[in-house]
Amino acid sequence: MNSGGMNSRIGYIAFNTFREAVRDRVLYNLIAFALLLSGAAILVGEISIDIERLVVVNLGLTAVSLFGVVIAIFIGIGLVSKEIDKRTLYTVLSRPVRRWEFVVGKFFGLTGTLVVNTFLMAIGVFLALLYVAHKFEKMDVWVLVALYFIVLQFLIVCALALFFSSFSTPLMSAVFSFALFVIGSLAEDLRGFARITHGVGGWVATAIAYLVPNFSALNVISQVAHGDPVPGRLILYNTVYALLYSAMAISGAVLIFQRRNLK
Amino acid sequence: MAAIEILDLEKCYLVGFWRKRRKLALRPLRLTIEEGEVFGFLGPNGAGKTTTLKLLMGLVFPTAGSARILGMDMDDPRVKSQIGFLPEQPYFYDHLSARELLNYFGQLSGVPAKGRSARVEQMLARVGLSDSAGMQLRKFSKGMLQRVGLAQAILHDPKLVFLDEPMSGLDPMGRREVRDLIQQLRHEGKTVFFSTHILSDAEALCDRVGIIHQGELRGVGAIAELTSERQGKIEIIFHAQKVPAGLTSLGAEARVSGDMVNAVLPEGQQDAALEVLRRDGLKLISLTPVRSSLEEYYIQKLRPTDVQREVRQEDDRKGVGV
Ligand SMILES: Nc1ncnc2c1ncn2[C@@H]1O[C@H](COP(=O)(O)OP(=O)(O)OP(=O)(O)O)[C@@H](O)[C@H]1O
Ligand SMILES: [Mg+2]
Repeated sequence: MNSGGMNSRIGYIAFNTFREAVRDRVLYNLIAFALLLSGAAILVGEISIDIERLVVVNLGLTAVSLFGVVIAIFIGIGLVSKEIDKRTLYTVLSRPVRRWEFVVGKFFGLTGTLVVNTFLMAIGVFLALLYVAHKFEKMDVWVLVALYFIVLQFLIVCALALFFSSFSTPLMSAVFSFALFVIGSLAEDLRGFARITHGVGGWVATAIAYLVPNFSALNVISQVAHGDPVPGRLILYNTVYALLYSAMAISGAVLIFQRRNLK
Repeated sequence: MAAIEILDLEKCYLVGFWRKRRKLALRPLRLTIEEGEVFGFLGPNGAGKTTTLKLLMGLVFPTAGSARILGMDMDDPRVKSQIGFLPEQPYFYDHLSARELLNYFGQLSGVPAKGRSARVEQMLARVGLSDSAGMQLRKFSKGMLQRVGLAQAILHDPKLVFLDEPMSGLDPMGRREVRDLIQQLRHEGKTVFFSTHILSDAEALCDRVGIIHQGELRGVGAIAELTSERQGKIEIIFHAQKVPAGLTSLGAEARVSGDMVNAVLPEGQQDAALEVLRRDGLKLISLTPVRSSLEEYYIQKLRPTDVQREVRQEDDRKGVGV
């Protein structure tokens, strides 16, 4: 078995995961998104001229992020555990598929689905921008960067959902993943709080602040809504951070799954 | 070379929520299956058949022991491209059609892209699913899923096939087809290891059978030897208080139970035996060819011997809280 064969198996598994998500009508969330965004764009176009862009970018990107996080968590927790429960895994693992290849393939399948979903939503956001501002501006490039960061968030959320579901129930995994998303979105505040706290509390706060995924650094929505640029250093830092963080969570999931007796 | 060499595989589950108890699903199992052999794995519900197959497939991990498959260690990844597996009550991705599923599994098994779809169509035809090949699997009946399961097990032309209750859920025609399929695999020189409850299937198909009960291999026998022993005998049952002398002289093995006598004797003595009954005025209840010798063997092997019973009690005592 050469490495080409290995990579192609991961690709096949990823594609099958994507196909399953599409056939399970996951992309239907786009309809709700489109309705929300066009409603907001029309409404805001009626009432004001100055804050139109601000509202559309803020609301649009926040919706992209929340819709995606919900999808990432709800599919992520079932990626592997559902296949164990339904025993669809039996006939996959009795083929030349390593368990880690299966986990990584499933992960890529879900993140691929989210990339496609985000891409389609991004088109919606830019159409809404065009509708309210009648033209594109140079600062709209930063909206693309914000969208890229949102995709990085999805990588981490998917990896965490997969990690939690490798040892706990679907419900608990969803709760853990969502809690980490909320806490991680406040990571910068936590870090600030940790700096001014002393003693044991300070240690604990510091540990938590640096262990939870730093979603706040990945959230530049209000910044780009105001048209402020995103420093190149942050783009690089965030990319490396998100890749490392999700790789660690996936490795954890693989380590647990590799030892697991299927029911 | 042996196709399967099981070296004291053992599986112990921890059951119970609070006070965990050890449950031995499979006692150390030692068994060798030769290449080209069709081997039947028989045993009652909960005997450990599925557990054995899941251990060999690497779906669960043994608490002790190991196995070699086709000369390789059982967790050598190369093994998997040469074996096929049909799980018990198989279930598949229900968003796919049968054709898409087989195509996907063909990809995972490394079936070359060239000729893959032809192979898929061939397998669909072989299990009689050509007409429903495009339908989503969520709409398949249990027996249809079983057929898909058979198709995916032989899709990549494996040397060795593991089938967990291949006939279950099938209609009479389906059973017949699976029997033919296993025969065909034998002619192609494949090794087949299958579990079943249906003794007549095992008798018709297997070179050898193994009998497992309560996680313990009770016996392994060649079908040819088992059947030669008791072929050509009949069993007659009739009302009587004691065995008539005339019957014993015909070479009957007879025993009395209640007011009935049960006698087994060579087929050729049938008329003479009936003549004895008529002369003594005894009422015949039934006359049947002797039931399959495999059935006899099976039932005999399920009876616990005293030694085995003792061992079991000792094991249960050892099942301590964890
Ligand atoms: N995950 C598990 N946890 C605890 N015990 C288990 C588990 N899986 C199987 N067992 C036990 O192991 C024993 C053997 O089960 P197994 O499924 O191998 O039986 P089987 O021979 O396949 O039976 P059947 O003919 O009903 O399919 C049973 O007593 C069962 O209760
Ligand atoms: Mg079973």
